[in-house]
Amino acid sequence: MSATELTSALTRRTAADLAALLRAGDVSAVEVATAHLDRIEAVEPAVHAFLHVDREDTLAQARAVDAERAAGEELHELAGVPVAVKDVVVTRGTPTTAGSRILEGWVPPYDATLVTRLRAAGMPMLGKTNMDEFAMGSSTEHSGYGPTHNPWDLDRIPGGSGGGSAAALAAFEAPLAIGTDTGGSIRQPASVTGTVGVKPTYGSVSRYGLVALASSLDQAGPCARTVLDAALLHEVIGGHDPLDATSLTGPAAGYADAARQGASGDLRGVRVGVVRELGGSGHEAGFQREVSAAFRRTVELLEGAGAEVVEVSCPSFTAALAAYYLILPAEASSNLAKFDGMRFGLRVEPAEEPVTAERVMAATRGAGFGSEVKRRIILGTYALSAGYYDAYYGSAQKVRTLIQRDFAAAFDAVDVLVSPTAPTTAFKLGEKLDDPLAMYLNDVATIPANLAGVPGISVPNGLDDAGLPIGLQILAPARADARLYRVGAAVEHLVTADRPGSAPIIDSIPAIPTEVAP
Amino acid sequence: MPTFSTDEVARLAALARIDLTDAELTRLAAELEVIAHAVEKVSEIASADVPATSHPIPLVNVWREDVPVATLDRDEVLAQAPAAEDGRFAVPQILGEE
Repeated sequence: MSATELTSALTRRTAADLAALLRAGDVSAVEVATAHLDRIEAVEPAVHAFLHVDREDTLAQARAVDAERAAGEELHELAGVPVAVKDVVVTRGTPTTAGSRILEGWVPPYDATLVTRLRAAGMPMLGKTNMDEFAMGSSTEHSGYGPTHNPWDLDRIPGGSGGGSAAALAAFEAPLAIGTDTGGSIRQPASVTGTVGVKPTYGSVSRYGLVALASSLDQAGPCARTVLDAALLHEVIGGHDPLDATSLTGPAAGYADAARQGASGDLRGVRVGVVRELGGSGHEAGFQREVSAAFRRTVELLEGAGAEVVEVSCPSFTAALAAYYLILPAEASSNLAKFDGMRFGLRVEPAEEPVTAERVMAATRGAGFGSEVKRRIILGTYALSAGYYDAYYGSAQKVRTLIQRDFAAAFDAVDVLVSPTAPTTAFKLGEKLDDPLAMYLNDVATIPANLAGVPGISVPNGLDDAGLPIGLQILAPARADARLYRVGAAVEHLVTADRPGSAPIIDSIPAIPTEVAP
Repeated sequence: MPTFSTDEVARLAALARIDLTDAELTRLAAELEVIAHAVEKVSEIASADVPATSHPIPLVNVWREDVPVATLDRDEVLAQAPAAEDGRFAVPQILGEE
């Protein structure tokens, strides 16, 4: 096998396969890391999924794993499987920008808890992935460092805010990636790139070391190309953390077993609810024709696999988007106050005297924040200001209660809910950049889960007429993340088996133009 | 329906400590009016008898033992500051002259 063939063979493997090869001694961690680093070098000029890659640092981590294995040490089952990390997660000694110019060049003095866990598991970090600035956006076009391109069609968006992590998976630059999901930033990018993304139950994965956007909504989670791989990664990064006061108690376990159970496709005894307002008979969300058709087809497949399918109504979901765009800006305007040019990051002095701290803050934030961040901070400041607080923020918090009640009633009747993940497949870069409301509508189906804290997964659900991926969302009650993996793996099996030649959807991705090898 | 003048946006920007150009003020005033109109529906749906939810998962306060633990390394932290002096952050004038 030539070097190029070996690289291709290793980068196309699932994380579970790579882990087995590594444990068997068939490949070394350095070989696996090298294959992915070579792939990154080849396709990054076209994709731009990464903001930071340090080849030597990654290889040093891989060499350490190989040395430990050679010394006979007992290693984590994923030891040597590399992972890409969204740039909103702080990494000691590695630049972290959260996609913002205000943090350009910042090198954090500590690791996020989830990074500590990746390091402890011996998973070499391939680099930091691109994102909308401070995770505000649905296309990565709001990155301060230029957009990421969707590997399925380089003229299209890879979703957002975690478009870099999703694109890195679809382009075979990484077998696993970390995302964060405040209103859909893991699930919507997964949907439009033909990959898998999980927003765990709020508190399942520690928020310590995430650059906070909206603290009552933010949740880190796994991104992968298969449901089993996502489950394996969730088990690494999840579990209680005393450094996060909102962290759930108890371990994150049983997810991989649930995925293996679901892979048979047998769904007898599972009650599935179709959300009337999201893909069911009463939705007004304006879903693309092929998205609705693929959704209906998969619901039939679920019934065929033994699931009991009923329609459930969640009437308050129609107000979720409105509530979200009050709660998120309100929390963000407070969280982002820390970027003031005093202790870290950019400092800009005002053009005229006097140079006071207050005027430096305003000049720094004016220069360092992009348009979407400014828009949301001002909106949040407005929503929290005297005279508007009750009508806006107070009402939004009540809507949040109503949405939780809708979920509670639905989960009395069914085990999981299903809907399309996103209303459309990937749109063209630039298409919605000048229309904030149109951009916000991408998250209409994903936002309710964040407002209620319940877990959700997006799994590939076929292709549209232009050959672009479609996603299916599964939602479960709080702390019932294992159900996502069981039903998600069943959907993965059923959808794949329903395709011509029973080939995985990711196999349909066109080749990415790469620079000619020297 | 709320209306946004550029003066109102300038007032909010001052509260948020963000310098905006005149072009940004004009653009934001138009955009915020559209967004504020779209989110207004929350007040139509939420009746007075519905309690507010601020956090998705019910939680009680969390305590830890009051024991000294290592903090961030001072030099590593100050190396990332825009300006540092004598082991401290150096910042512009905070109080007025008078």
